[in-house]
Amino acid sequence: MTGPPFSFGLLPLSAPLPGSSFTDLLTSLDLAPRWEVPAEGRVSAPEATTVLAVCYQGGVVMAGDRQATEGYSVAHRRIQKVFPADRYSVVAISGTAGLAMELVKLFQVELEHYEKLEGLRLTLEGKANFLARLVRGQLPMAFQGLVVVPLFAGFDEAADVGRLYTFDVVGGRYEEQDYGAAGSGSREAKSFLRTVYRTDLDEATAIDISVRALVAAAAEDLATGGPDLRRNILPNVYLIDRNGVSEPPADRLEASARQALESSP
Amino acid sequence: MTMPFYVAPEQLVRDKAEFARKGIARGRSIVAVEYASGVLILAENPSRALHKISEMYDRIAFAGVGRYNEFETLRKAGIRQADLMGYLYSREDVTAMGLATAFSQTLGAIFSHELKPYEVEMLIAEISVNGGEHRLFKVTYDGTLFDERDFCAIGGKAEALTEAIKAGFREGMVLAEAVKLGAASFRQVEGRAPDGWEAAVLESSNGRRAFRRLSDEDLTAMTAG
Repeated sequence: MTGPPFSFGLLPLSAPLPGSSFTDLLTSLDLAPRWEVPAEGRVSAPEATTVLAVCYQGGVVMAGDRQATEGYSVAHRRIQKVFPADRYSVVAISGTAGLAMELVKLFQVELEHYEKLEGLRLTLEGKANFLARLVRGQLPMAFQGLVVVPLFAGFDEAADVGRLYTFDVVGGRYEEQDYGAAGSGSREAKSFLRTVYRTDLDEATAIDISVRALVAAAAEDLATGGPDLRRNILPNVYLIDRNGVSEPPADRLEASARQALESSP
Repeated sequence: MTMPFYVAPEQLVRDKAEFARKGIARGRSIVAVEYASGVLILAENPSRALHKISEMYDRIAFAGVGRYNEFETLRKAGIRQADLMGYLYSREDVTAMGLATAFSQTLGAIFSHELKPYEVEMLIAEISVNGGEHRLFKVTYDGTLFDERDFCAIGGKAEALTEAIKAGFREGMVLAEAVKLGAASFRQVEGRAPDGWEAAVLESSNGRRAFRRLSDEDLTAMTAG
């Protein structure tokens, strides 16, 4: 522990080395989220299901369904699983929803904190490595069945190319050249993407096949919720390219979802 | 054993204050000017790497004059405080008022307890949500907190700069006018050509993070046109 205990009265003038990590600051102040759980017993919590990402010419599209599932029940129909992490990267989550959202929030603050303190953004590689570290920190919880597996995509400003990273439960980090998926419907989503993926996809096609892959996952996986036009539930979709993160307009997604539902066998 | 000399507290405070003021007077000043859609912060700064103006939180910016290492320590501490508050509560709970008070408390404590006071002055600006009043705070080396309206200056030439801006200020200026007013005030007060500018704005149109730095090209275009 460095410096006095945290209070909102006096400023935290000292911080742990290297001093630019928000997560380390939280730990030093004893405010970091605690994941320790008793060895016995199980917790049941809503699960965020399918998220996926597809690389196209000039960027990456990331999409997720909106359903959270607990056992055989629908816990939430409109949760968000894909989040902008900063101006040039997007993170999506699958697994235990509550833990995953906390992880995303911490990740977002971490990136912005570093950028403000240092006056420049972390490299994309640096962001991905940090996310891997956060996932690794969740490992004790994975033994309780509370698993968090993210997807991460961003635009590498130095190399001028979009990159996609997938993760495993122990914090392994893998760069993908084509597409990736995580969550309960990821197997179906990937089987679908395998049949339609080409290296020269354009942005519009990439959005369409991402939505179709979610529809395919929802058809085979009960935990995944496909687009629901009657309730006006559309997937979360984000694009990452040279200009940063953007979100396609809702009517564009609705058209895509309608087409995907009609063409679904 | 040597006995410490008795120094009257008044004398001690006066000496410390004089020391801090001398240090601050050596550095170049900074002004903040409100305009129609935000707040401009303009500093004379020959360095491109060492910033005096920085983003602190979504709608809050920081500027410091005096010893670089001292206001940099305070800047980082302020960002830590803001990010902690926003993470533990909500982003809307981070306010310039809260941060300015924390800076004031911290500088006050350093001034009375440390042998050497910090030779710094700080400016904290916040733009309002939905067209309310913006906030401009100035904190001096001894922790005194000032709540300013419309414009604010810190540094050795603060008083003269405030006078110069007051003469030309009117509400609802566009950004280019605010830049011209700021630059002209510097020229008038310093009586020489500036060594280089550092400028940034807080503007709602920039999205959640309202802070944006102005490039040299931006400034040249604004002062020329």
